[in-house]
Amino acid sequence: MKRAAYDIVIVGSGAGGGTVAQELSPLCRQGVRIAVLEKGPRFRDEEFSGRELEMAGALYEDGGGFLTSDGAMTIAFGCAYGGSTVVYTGTSMLPPERVISRWNVPGLTHADLECRARKFMAENNAHLLQDGLINENNKLFAEGCRKLNYDVQQFPVNIKGCRGSSLCNLGCPNQAKQGTDRVQLPRAERNGVEVITRSEVLTVGERTLTVRVSAKPAGAKGDPSPWEPGDYRIDSRIVVLCAGAVNTPALLLRSGMGRTLPRLGAGFTTHPAFIIVGEHARAITNFVGHPKSYYVDRFAESDRFILETCMYFPFITAKSLAGFGAPHSTFMRAFPRLQMILVLACDKADAYNRVAIDKAGRPVVHYRFQGEAARGLIRGAMASAKILFAAGAVRVHMPVTLDTTGTTIESADAMRLDEIAAKAEFKPPVSAAHPQGGCGMGSDPSDSVTDSYGRVHGHPWLSVADASLFPNSLEINPYVTIMALADRVAQRIREEVSALL
Amino acid sequence: MPLDPDPTILRAIVSTIVPEAAALDDRGWLELNQVVEALLRDRPESLKRQVRMFLTAIQWLPVLRYGRAFTRLHPAARARFLAHLQNDPIQKVRVGFWGLRTIVLAGYYGRPQAAQAIGYNASPGGWEASR
Repeated sequence: MKRAAYDIVIVGSGAGGGTVAQELSPLCRQGVRIAVLEKGPRFRDEEFSGRELEMAGALYEDGGGFLTSDGAMTIAFGCAYGGSTVVYTGTSMLPPERVISRWNVPGLTHADLECRARKFMAENNAHLLQDGLINENNKLFAEGCRKLNYDVQQFPVNIKGCRGSSLCNLGCPNQAKQGTDRVQLPRAERNGVEVITRSEVLTVGERTLTVRVSAKPAGAKGDPSPWEPGDYRIDSRIVVLCAGAVNTPALLLRSGMGRTLPRLGAGFTTHPAFIIVGEHARAITNFVGHPKSYYVDRFAESDRFILETCMYFPFITAKSLAGFGAPHSTFMRAFPRLQMILVLACDKADAYNRVAIDKAGRPVVHYRFQGEAARGLIRGAMASAKILFAAGAVRVHMPVTLDTTGTTIESADAMRLDEIAAKAEFKPPVSAAHPQGGCGMGSDPSDSVTDSYGRVHGHPWLSVADASLFPNSLEINPYVTIMALADRVAQRIREEVSALL
Repeated sequence: MPLDPDPTILRAIVSTIVPEAAALDDRGWLELNQVVEALLRDRPESLKRQVRMFLTAIQWLPVLRYGRAFTRLHPAARARFLAHLQNDPIQKVRVGFWGLRTIVLAGYYGRPQAAQAIGYNASPGGWEASR
């Protein structure tokens, strides 16, 4: 086994890892050696082709189809230099005060998080897209919401030089999205941080990690790792885990830390989601322009759902439409006339849903749909149908079992939506892309895995700085909150670095 | 090892899920199979085994209900049988069907020709390319 040594090792390079790397990188000037270990590869700009299956296979864990243990839900998360920030749409949301208050983490205030979040929103150029660059898929959503008196709001998005490819979720082919791969990691590297791609951390022990560096497979996208393939033992005085809400708890579990941290893996939430598709009589601009400009969150508290505009690619759209055969094909052939809305359920941490590991130490997510989350999806589907009809759709496809109308509601039945909703039945499978929890913050090991600064209880050298810190669902798109929490973790490490090294 | 040693089973399922697939030529089927195989290549062997078992079950279970194997059923009967699986009260059966349906849809709609056929032509050039 090869050996290496650093003062600080950061595991993962997404919103959490990229932020920690940047915020600690000034320490390099004092001689502190810092490395980021990233399981995925680093891609060259010209490799972002926008081709659906090719890019999904390259950028996502399991090609975007990571399955829960019962196979009823796929969870999408990135695996690349930049983590999931390479594949998000760049929607930049401040943490909601009601949620942070409800988390009730000692030492964590909304004011502190908001201040840090604003810093990163500015750094990433988060702003409201100008009206002329918003496509009809988005504008019709806003129009429908206004007719229904739904309080529709515009997402700030962190883009610079966006050409409107609509391919954000496949990695921006124009490098417009300001993820950690474009902003924080390059800055950290300029300051002296090393990034070792294709390096998977197998276990973490007392100030030591075992790491496997993989060779680039023949024909695969991405650069080879800067290190020789093989197994490594890396000594590090400080370790910060930012591998995401599935992989960070799994890493700690296979490292045997579940014995002293009974809450490890618990509290997993993920905003289960599906898309509602409306068909218009005419072609609209949908697969050109930024895909996500508007949202409605007024139902998050009362009905447990959020609505967002979205536009997906042929396979993902086909997968998201329920059913098969001629009715399914009819919707697919109408692609240039389709308007899409994403419904996200605000699920809650419960006793069952958690991250575990299998015999080989691989992550396993146990997830059961709560009645409230399932009802949230149905209510969200019906609210979406109202918006689509108000915007002029002639029919709407619903991924829920309806009464006599199959999975399609014609505009003639638009007045019956509440009646149809009462009989609608939700059946998984669904998809999700916001994994959260598993290393929740709190007071002590009986209620949490870390404190409010991400310190793992009982291990002062070990911290967590990613979405696994969330003690419960955030109820909005999470990357800015992850960066804000990671900034706290980095600040505390900077303050304690002399004692820790 | 190919997903389906008897290609007629997968073809019959694909054509039931996506009726347009019946019009694919040999090259189209080859491309579809390549997409499916690439999709499953890095998946655990246990998952591939489950998919093969599910294909076999789809071929032979209709014998109990209709007296014929799936590939020998009329298209309408094939669709009815798959609809039963899709709505089965047992979640494992529904999830199995969902997984197979996902693979089929990836195989069909993952091809650039299918994207073109439905009028999808997103481009890295975005607004400029659309004008």
